[in-house]
Amino acid sequence: MTLLASDTAARRARPAPLWLMGEALRRLDPRSLARNPVMAVVAIGTLVCALYTALTFVRGESGTGFALAVSLILLATLLFANAAEALAESRGKAHAGALRATRGELQARRLTQSGEEMVAAERLRRGDRVRVVAGELIPADGEIVDGAGSINESAVTGESAPVLREAGTDNSGVSAGTKLLSDELVIEVSVDPGESLLDRMIALVEGASRQKTPSELALSVLLSTLTLIFLIVVVTLVPLAQFVGISTSPVMLVALLVCLIPTTIGGLLPAIGIAGMERAMRANLVAKSGKAVEIAGSIDTLLLDKTGTITLGDRRATEFAACHGVDPARLREVAALCSLEDPTPEGRSIVVLARAQGAALVPVEDADVVPFSAASRVSGLDFADGRRWRKGAPNAIARQIEKAGGRVPEDFETLVERISRHGATPLAVAEEARLLGVIALSDVIKPGIAERFAQLRQMGVKTLMITGDNPITAAAIAAEAGVDDYVAEATPERKLALIREEQAAGRLVAMMGDGTNDAPALAQADLGLAMNSGTQAAREAANMVDLDSDPGKLLSAVEIGKQLLITRGALTTFSLANDVAKYFVILPAIFAASAPALGSLDVLDLHSPQSAVLAAVIFNALVIPALIPFALRGVRVHAASASAMLRRNLLIYSVGGLLLPFPAIKLIDLALGALM
Amino acid sequence: MSALTLCYALLIGLALPLGLYMGRALDTHRPSALDRLFGPLEAALMRLAGVDQRASMSWSAYLLAVLKLHLLLIVLAWFVFMGQGVLPLNPDGIPGMHWDTALHTAVSFATNTNQQHYSGQAQLSYLSQTLAIVTLQFLTPATGLAVLLAITRSLLRRRAAADSAAAGVGNYYLDLTRIVIRVLLPLALVTALVLVWQGVPATYQGAQRVTMLEGGALQTIPRGPVAAMVAIKQLGTNGGGWYGPNSSVPLENPTALADVVESVALLLIPVASLIAVAMISGRRRLLLGIGGVMLVLSLSSTTLVMFSERLPNTALHGLALAGPNLEGKELRFGSDLSALWGSWTTQTSNGSVNAMLDSFNPLGGLGLLMDMFVNVTFGGIGVGLIGYLLYLMLAAFIGSLMVGRAPELFGKPLETREMRWISLAILAQPLSVLGLSALAVSFPGLAGTSNPGYHGLSQVLYEYTSAFANNGSGFEGLADATPWWNLSCVVALALGRFLPMLVPLAVAGWLAGKRTAPQGRGSLDLESGACVGLTAGVIVIVNLLGFLPVLVLGPIAEQLSLAG
Repeated sequence: MTLLASDTAARRARPAPLWLMGEALRRLDPRSLARNPVMAVVAIGTLVCALYTALTFVRGESGTGFALAVSLILLATLLFANAAEALAESRGKAHAGALRATRGELQARRLTQSGEEMVAAERLRRGDRVRVVAGELIPADGEIVDGAGSINESAVTGESAPVLREAGTDNSGVSAGTKLLSDELVIEVSVDPGESLLDRMIALVEGASRQKTPSELALSVLLSTLTLIFLIVVVTLVPLAQFVGISTSPVMLVALLVCLIPTTIGGLLPAIGIAGMERAMRANLVAKSGKAVEIAGSIDTLLLDKTGTITLGDRRATEFAACHGVDPARLREVAALCSLEDPTPEGRSIVVLARAQGAALVPVEDADVVPFSAASRVSGLDFADGRRWRKGAPNAIARQIEKAGGRVPEDFETLVERISRHGATPLAVAEEARLLGVIALSDVIKPGIAERFAQLRQMGVKTLMITGDNPITAAAIAAEAGVDDYVAEATPERKLALIREEQAAGRLVAMMGDGTNDAPALAQADLGLAMNSGTQAAREAANMVDLDSDPGKLLSAVEIGKQLLITRGALTTFSLANDVAKYFVILPAIFAASAPALGSLDVLDLHSPQSAVLAAVIFNALVIPALIPFALRGVRVHAASASAMLRRNLLIYSVGGLLLPFPAIKLIDLALGALM
Repeated sequence: MSALTLCYALLIGLALPLGLYMGRALDTHRPSALDRLFGPLEAALMRLAGVDQRASMSWSAYLLAVLKLHLLLIVLAWFVFMGQGVLPLNPDGIPGMHWDTALHTAVSFATNTNQQHYSGQAQLSYLSQTLAIVTLQFLTPATGLAVLLAITRSLLRRRAAADSAAAGVGNYYLDLTRIVIRVLLPLALVTALVLVWQGVPATYQGAQRVTMLEGGALQTIPRGPVAAMVAIKQLGTNGGGWYGPNSSVPLENPTALADVVESVALLLIPVASLIAVAMISGRRRLLLGIGGVMLVLSLSSTTLVMFSERLPNTALHGLALAGPNLEGKELRFGSDLSALWGSWTTQTSNGSVNAMLDSFNPLGGLGLLMDMFVNVTFGGIGVGLIGYLLYLMLAAFIGSLMVGRAPELFGKPLETREMRWISLAILAQPLSVLGLSALAVSFPGLAGTSNPGYHGLSQVLYEYTSAFANNGSGFEGLADATPWWNLSCVVALALGRFLPMLVPLAVAGWLAGKRTAPQGRGSLDLESGACVGLTAGVIVIVNLLGFLPVLVLGPIAEQLSLAG
């Protein structure tokens, strides 16, 4: 999935350190801090320490250096968290922003009552109609209402092969910024300024305007509660310690508080959310809300269209079926020679199959190629001596034979019927007025799809294949592809009913669609993924749009969603597990001066109370930048059952989180001891 | 350690059949032969109370019924305590209680806590003891179990997902009646008879005056229907005894056999409830995991306290006295049986004692405090398992995230509203315990804390911890019958009872109305070893992180300074 556009975006996304610092400082704005309760508490603690520093300095008391050091480290903690968010944001915006820049300069040819006028693309409103001619960029998201043309979508998808878009079909949608290569189109604009897919993409990665997703909100509640609990613990510690004759240092208490509250996850939470959106975007999936990305992780059932998703969509020759009394080799030869000049995948596949069956094909000479036309639905060769070979739709060929006075063999109908019944497309082959037989063109399962379904099954996701085929064909393909279940002879209504059934059983359902008649099902599904090439109705009903129009993308969406949730859970666990070690470092440091007996709790044997506290806050601050790459990249998702995943993640993040701080803090303390 | 093994074996041996019986007797969805035995009596009582016993309540109606009944009971008990001087059944002419102590006593007993800021035999009349105290000692454990049944029906029960939202969570008054009649009364009757056989008094004849052998002085020995009260005191995780010094008095706890019976009675119903819920809900593996975590926590804490009490009291250091810490203990029971009782009584929110907990070595005191912070190592009747479910909800939240699913519990989504209330219930404990302790030590004039130093801090901490945990035991040493202690404890008592009990009921009610994702490979398996471990981890870490600093200042500092 490494794509042109995202590569350049990634290059642009490596921001200058100075810019990052400026951005981190700018986000110290109280309004921006207030969005994150955990970091807001850190900010208040920093202020308290700074004031205390000033106070001791003015009074000329001791401890100014220590207070100043703690204040600066706390400030660094804040800046690291801000930088993490800024970094995630810049990566996300780089991708979307480049696109927006190109579109900003676009002019559009808007159709009016009297003719046309040129307007800036950003002034186009929903319902406007614009004319685009070959060589121009599409000025806005919309739907083709007249014409057909090939379009280069590489600016959006990174895929440079042109695609065909046509009015009145399921491939009538176009995106702003893509280039029309041929013909001329009339497009009806479908979005108002600020609402295009691009704008939505940008909004999802913009820290200040970003909507928190549901589970992020619930997690924030938990993190705020933990923060509040630690605030109670630390504030009540003052009178409780006073009662037993221990006076506590305000700076050390603030240090304790900041070390205890979940700053690691609190500081990285926005970055994780933004990075999740950015990862979706890098996979060319545009979510209309963060919720859509998140819900993808919890999907229980995937509804997949057979054609294009499970099978390649273009059919391949799988069998030559000769009519009674015809030499099969002759059929093979004529069929293959007819296809030699045929550049389509189907044509090539006929040649390949014939060669594979041992036909030695000698290219014919003095023959004119009769290209395929939609009107005649046949193609073939006209030899100089007047012989004519034809291959094409069975009924078209049969008609031609009858017209030429030939006879259609009795078993021809049976052959055609047998092949269609198995889900293959029959192609008749004729030599002069003699019908030779039929080529079977079958759907081919996409390579690797069975493995992906197996992975999904590992993760507990059920796959359900939907096809218009008859049950026999459907069963054959379902078995080969390894889907869990299939529905044959499905209609769009059946799809909708199926989604409702699955939902009634408590499952979260994802589906992909492109046609207007898919729209209700896309809207009903918990995750509706529309192809970008699809109709406007489908794109509106869906909550995610795949710019590549690749139906296999559902699988990526599931992985990205899971990754987002696991990263949050892992860092929350890690953050909490860290606290145990910090207690063992800071509590003896706070109490040891007044109550020497408590010194034996200092299991790490640290240099001095001051160095111990500094080591703890430094560790606490450094964990954030150390984990930024992890937050941006996300936890690697393995195809495994939930129980296996839980065991693995618990082992790494809770046990690891419990143990890691001990040696790390000891090392920092050793370094500080050498400096002091 | 033989006492330890014997008591745990006896406990599990008795809890198994009792749990199976309770599972049959209390399952309102499955008629049993017991209905023919108890049904007519229950139906008559329901008719008398004007309750339609077939009407199932919604979770909110159930919750309101609990609150309504408790408010009524508190007001009634409050007036009985204040007015006992002029009310009947007062042969010893005991005067009415002061308003604040009466309020504290009423709330304390209505919250299944039985924290006593008075001395029972001298300050309560027979009417107060039997009508007010014993009534509450039956109704409050029954309420804990009833709410657990309601949660079991709406959240835990398999296959009930589709109809549970509409069918309601049960009828509170019917549940209450069934639990009292089918479980508590028969058990209390048997236990009381055993205790009477062992020599516990059971009489309405008033105090006995005897001439002492020593110098011929006269002594007044208070008596009363003690055996009946002690039975439900032990069985119902109540703890408030007839006599001030509770089961350390020979009249409440005369023999070794009586001591073992009373000890096992502490944990019997909480353990049996797990089995009953496993039967009613059909989630055997889940309850097995929960029981396993509880047992491990219980064993480790009990072992710690037993170990601590086998160490000598440091005050005797340097004297020619070896052996365990016997200060404040009955020599009849020795250190092991006293430590066992101390552990079990704090693990179950019971709070009765057979030794003075204040005199335990600091390490032992630490064990008792941890028991009450955690409060789900079997815990109070009903509320122990409910409290565990609260931790399970937290574990399910984090666990779901770690397997890449939006948080869910039993396939039902845990969203912001649920998390807000779960958080509140968790937050209430440090807020009440630490907040009130900090206030009490900040204003010594107001609170009248009597002892300075680490142990003095432990005493204050213990008082509020015990109140919030609805335990009721005390480190004593506080002049606690004052308006400050009475009223501040009322706050801790009420918060500690109703938030952790009713929030899970509400959350279960909300969840029942949501879609249920079927259990699959991709969903969090709450019965898996990893998840059981995660829940245990959440329990330990939440309590450790919240209370480690204050434990360091109290018992840990005391232990270290004594050792050094």
